[in-house]
Amino acid sequence: MRYNDDVKEQEPVNFTVLDLLSLELKEQNDLKLRCVAGRAGLSREITVPDLNRPGLALAGFYESFAWERLQIFGRGENAYIKKIEADGIAPQIYEKLFSYKLPCCIFSNNIEPTPRFAAAADAAGCPVLITELGSVEFTIRVIRILHDIFAPKIIMHGVLVEVFGIGILLIGDSGVGKSETALALIERGHRLVADDVVEIRCLNGTLLMGQGTNKVIGHHMEIRGLGIINVTHLFGVGAIRDKKQIQLVIQLEDWDPNKVYDRIGMDEMTMDILGVQVPKLEIPVKPGRNIPIIIETAAMNERLKKMGYHSAREFNQNILRWLESESARTMYFSRDDY
Amino acid sequence: MVELETTIKNRAGIHARPSALIAQTAIKFASRVYLEKAGNRINAKSIMGIITLAASFGTKIKIIAEGPDEQQAAEAIKALFESGFNEELG
Repeated sequence: MRYNDDVKEQEPVNFTVLDLLSLELKEQNDLKLRCVAGRAGLSREITVPDLNRPGLALAGFYESFAWERLQIFGRGENAYIKKIEADGIAPQIYEKLFSYKLPCCIFSNNIEPTPRFAAAADAAGCPVLITELGSVEFTIRVIRILHDIFAPKIIMHGVLVEVFGIGILLIGDSGVGKSETALALIERGHRLVADDVVEIRCLNGTLLMGQGTNKVIGHHMEIRGLGIINVTHLFGVGAIRDKKQIQLVIQLEDWDPNKVYDRIGMDEMTMDILGVQVPKLEIPVKPGRNIPIIIETAAMNERLKKMGYHSAREFNQNILRWLESESARTMYFSRDDY
Repeated sequence: MVELETTIKNRAGIHARPSALIAQTAIKFASRVYLEKAGNRINAKSIMGIITLAASFGTKIKIIAEGPDEQQAAEAIKALFESGFNEELG
């Protein structure tokens, strides 16, 4: 299922130091970065979502030097830089350090790099950034942000809606009524995340986060016969959401009289998205079937399952228990010797 | 109208899964198909109906089919019962 026509394969991430500086982040994630030297190198690419403390490199040990990572200079590194500059051995060390194409050097705790360090970085075209944050906090935030950026990503055609708190990705051939179904759900008080093109990222290898690909297109829908509508303006901000975890995939398809649809719901289908198995339902569409209400029910049933109550299984357990008692009674009454 | 007799061969009886199998088989035929246990007759195309029969192991079931393909319908359902629904037999 993964590589069908609906799925566009991932493009390589192209993320430069300038992109890192210009990320729009909310207060609790803000990296509080500014560039103080080596502006010429802002176009350098960050290729791995990881960082390195270059203490060993400064001390002259370059075996297994992770130069391709962000280099974080904390108080310790800065103190060492001051010492080598006082000792007069700094030029050789800087020459060796900047012979590597470091993506950038980041000083934490608002530490200003020494003028000589800044000059060496400038000469080598290596950007030098300063963050107001302490090393630990900066490390936590930047790793989280880079992992999000470098997370495996695919684009799928479909509509992502939030129904009773469950993120549902509606997929199906065009014309089957995905957008109309989503519209009916919005009208019933649920939320639109993205219409038509959904960008899905796999975080932590277990969680699928879906969102629109583009803020400009976001929360507009195309409805046949109406054209483009702005959901935010028509239904209010309560009717939209920026991103949502995908917890259920519902495939809408035209009713096929020869196909066997699930009638009990004990065998669960899943769909592989970026290696994550997401529960999947196939719902046949035909006139007279109220699909939004079926989807609402599916969402509630999914919540029930997450809370540990599996309707179909519990039902069958009760049936089996009942049949067992019936069977015992039958045997008792059919005994010949009573 | 065709009437066939069968008994429940699988140990667990007619729970959700066998009931779905019966309904899915019955629905393929144009004929009306019924199951009867001790005088209670239900539509064999309804999953919930079949479960309501409480047909446990060893119960006698009468299959009744009525319509253009009644013979095939009744035999197809009977074959399902005879196979024990691919479950553990009693």
